[in-house]
Amino acid sequence: MEAFSQLLQQLYFTSSNNEKSRLLRHYLAHTADPDRGWAIAALAGTLKFEFFKRNAVKNLMLERVDPDLFAMSYDYVGEMSETVAHLWPDATTSIELPGLAELIDQFRQANREQVKALLLHYLSGITAEQRWSLLKLGTRGLRVGLSARSVKRILAEYGDVPVSEIETLWHALKPPYRELFDWLEGRAEKPDISGAVTFHPVMLSHPLPDDKATQLSVEDWLVEYKYDGIRVQLVITEQGKALYSRTGDDISESFPDVLAGIEEPGVIDGELLVINDGKIEYFNALQQRLNRKKPTKKLIAERPAGIVVYDLLTDNDEDITSLPLIKRRQRLEHWLSRASANHLLISPLLSVDSNAQLQQTYADAAEDAGVEGLMLKRKDSSYQPGRPSGQWYKWKREALHLDAVVMYAQRGHGKRSSFYSDFTFGVWQDDTLLPIGKAYSGFTDEELKKLDNWVRRNAMGRFGPVREVKKELVVEVAFDAIHPSTRHKSGVALRFPRFHRIRWDKPASEADTLANARALIIE
Amino acid sequence: MQADKWLQPRDNGLYCVAADCYIDPTAPVNRALITHGHADHAISGHHSVVATAPTIAIMRTRYGEDMAQTVEALDYGHTIELGDPDDPVSCTFYPAGHILGSAQILLSYRGTRVVISGDYKRQPDPTCPPFTAIDCDVFITEATFALPVFKHPPIEQECKKLLQSLALFPERCHLVGVYALGKCQRMILGLRALGYNQPIYLHGAQRRLCDLYEEHGIRLGQLIDVADVADKSELAGEIVLAPPSALSDRWSRSLPEVRKAMASGWMQIRARAHQRQVELPLIVSDHCDWQALLDTIDEVSPGEVWITHGREDALLHQLTTKGVKARALSLIGYDEDATD
Ligand SMILES: [Zn+2]
Ligand SMILES: [Zn+2]
Repeated sequence: MEAFSQLLQQLYFTSSNNEKSRLLRHYLAHTADPDRGWAIAALAGTLKFEFFKRNAVKNLMLERVDPDLFAMSYDYVGEMSETVAHLWPDATTSIELPGLAELIDQFRQANREQVKALLLHYLSGITAEQRWSLLKLGTRGLRVGLSARSVKRILAEYGDVPVSEIETLWHALKPPYRELFDWLEGRAEKPDISGAVTFHPVMLSHPLPDDKATQLSVEDWLVEYKYDGIRVQLVITEQGKALYSRTGDDISESFPDVLAGIEEPGVIDGELLVINDGKIEYFNALQQRLNRKKPTKKLIAERPAGIVVYDLLTDNDEDITSLPLIKRRQRLEHWLSRASANHLLISPLLSVDSNAQLQQTYADAAEDAGVEGLMLKRKDSSYQPGRPSGQWYKWKREALHLDAVVMYAQRGHGKRSSFYSDFTFGVWQDDTLLPIGKAYSGFTDEELKKLDNWVRRNAMGRFGPVREVKKELVVEVAFDAIHPSTRHKSGVALRFPRFHRIRWDKPASEADTLANARALIIE
Repeated sequence: MQADKWLQPRDNGLYCVAADCYIDPTAPVNRALITHGHADHAISGHHSVVATAPTIAIMRTRYGEDMAQTVEALDYGHTIELGDPDDPVSCTFYPAGHILGSAQILLSYRGTRVVISGDYKRQPDPTCPPFTAIDCDVFITEATFALPVFKHPPIEQECKKLLQSLALFPERCHLVGVYALGKCQRMILGLRALGYNQPIYLHGAQRRLCDLYEEHGIRLGQLIDVADVADKSELAGEIVLAPPSALSDRWSRSLPEVRKAMASGWMQIRARAHQRQVELPLIVSDHCDWQALLDTIDEVSPGEVWITHGREDALLHQLTTKGVKARALSLIGYDEDATD
């Protein structure tokens, strides 16, 4: 564990990517299995514990510190592991931490109570630095400035293999990745993963550049709607089936209705939505499903989930990612007819014969509450993981705008922990402001400093992480859509709200009203 | 007479009504009492200034000979009377242990004693006499590091960290961000105490105050201006002290394979270090950490505590919970990052 702890500290304070790669490769070369494999799992975010979690740590801490002081400390530091590492009373006697694999094993074997005991034992015998590393392990996603993708890139460098091969293997392998290291170090063949139920890295799009729509040759492109759901991947093999989020999380348990009744092998790319009798519902309906890890029968009946499918990566057992999109699309249609599932709809192709017609289709899509805009994909595009340039574009509907009044502010987390950077804003209903959303972005660093300063000078409530501020600052917020919502007091919910402009000049009384906001809802 | 009747927070800082003067005002005023030379406490342009002799020397070094119309130097332990001779406020300076010349100011009026401690610390510092606890009715404390997460390690430990890194990366120039007044000289002395007798290199901004410390009998060993080094590659494996702002500006690009370090109490919070792209954070502070603040207030044991700049919330909460009478003064204009 000591070597891993040092690695984390070094990675955290190293900004150069080359240097990070050098550090990690050095660690891999000098650390034995299975420790190094678990280190990779921790860094890439594939290590999970059932009971060693943020909350367990927080509760233990709260038994030892005044809750208000804890809240203020956390608010200031911005991160749980570090807050607790500093707050925990310093050790009087020191103990040695076991090796990483052994330590992880202890925490994985332990039940809820045993995890508490383990934490108590270790935290009270190690230094603040070690506490930080230990706690980071339990709070998934170590955030030491190394993304899962970078870890894979570094593994590829370590074994001198193309990163795409690591990507393809990745989700089929489990920590501590012995067979991966055996291959990377030349002692064994590449692991065989054919038939495994595993996530395949997805292909992403770029925003459409400003003048592109008028210049592209429409005959080279497929045009589809951009749906307002979440991107998913459906994987069905002889060995089983699963539903994954676009980041590779297995979300099968939350959507049993999507997996039910499909046996046709394939890997399908599409958008998860609530689909009632073939009709797609608004994002709000899906939100209710997303909030439930294990949905009730009633919720499933009321909000049945389905997929609008748009791509096929594997047809039966055959990898077809290198075929052009137009061919994959045909294979997808055949696959769908074989699968015969009512809750899978194909994403219709919009017929576009000219650039003018493309513009008109985009304008029409903006009037459609169920979609976010258009997708433009090159007919000859192969399916390439990542974000290859010039292949796929998203053309989102123009943002909507409202002038709202800042009501509450909260410090950001991580890098922004020293600034008030999270803002709740509202609009008027008669003489009252009703909160309609929260925004964390859309301002420059310079503006962030000014906002932070403004909050400090205009705070009213001075306690806890949230500061109420004087209702004097107007911001023009931009957002993708506004929907009716029963979960908010204002009765509306915004999609992707962010700051557009800070109206230092505008009096709060001239901000928008709830009626103005409602008028933007597309029925 | 109750302290809040004659000592009040105003826009320009803490104002003593009975003596018609400000303590550490943030804008030019007629009469100012200055606790110490850090820029957020001592500015130029006051009509008259009372401070310790080293503080006056620091202000002259920074702002020029005409930094005020009249100056009066007051030694530790000596008392002067201010205001109406028939109803005076007596004023005495005591060591604060913060930086060279730093003082706590005791104001006493009609039987009520108030100590304005300025910035202070309890860790040993060879550049100034240690903080002394003064019996008082009201103790005014700063709260720069007033959160229980702040624990300042001994400076030896942090200087060792720097020397270890130097041994580990002998090809890299170790560029350390330090405030020019106080932190710079304390780091030099910390390194000297560990037997580091190599020359230490200075950014131009550090030179004048180091010379001033030397004039006050504080031996800093051999210091060389970076500007005087013709071949900058000679700075590989050497220590260069520079203001924090120079860590990422153009100037640092002339140095060979820079390893960025910074000596500050804020460096304990990793995100802060990260923000400044510091690779080697050194936790060195000229303020009290949480425990030292609480211990000091215990030791002084005043009737009441007033809290000024920093994290007033947490200290106020803790004192109130313990049954100590306390209030936050909410003075504006003291920049939490300007000094530390
Ligand atoms: Zn100071
Ligand atoms: Zn200060």
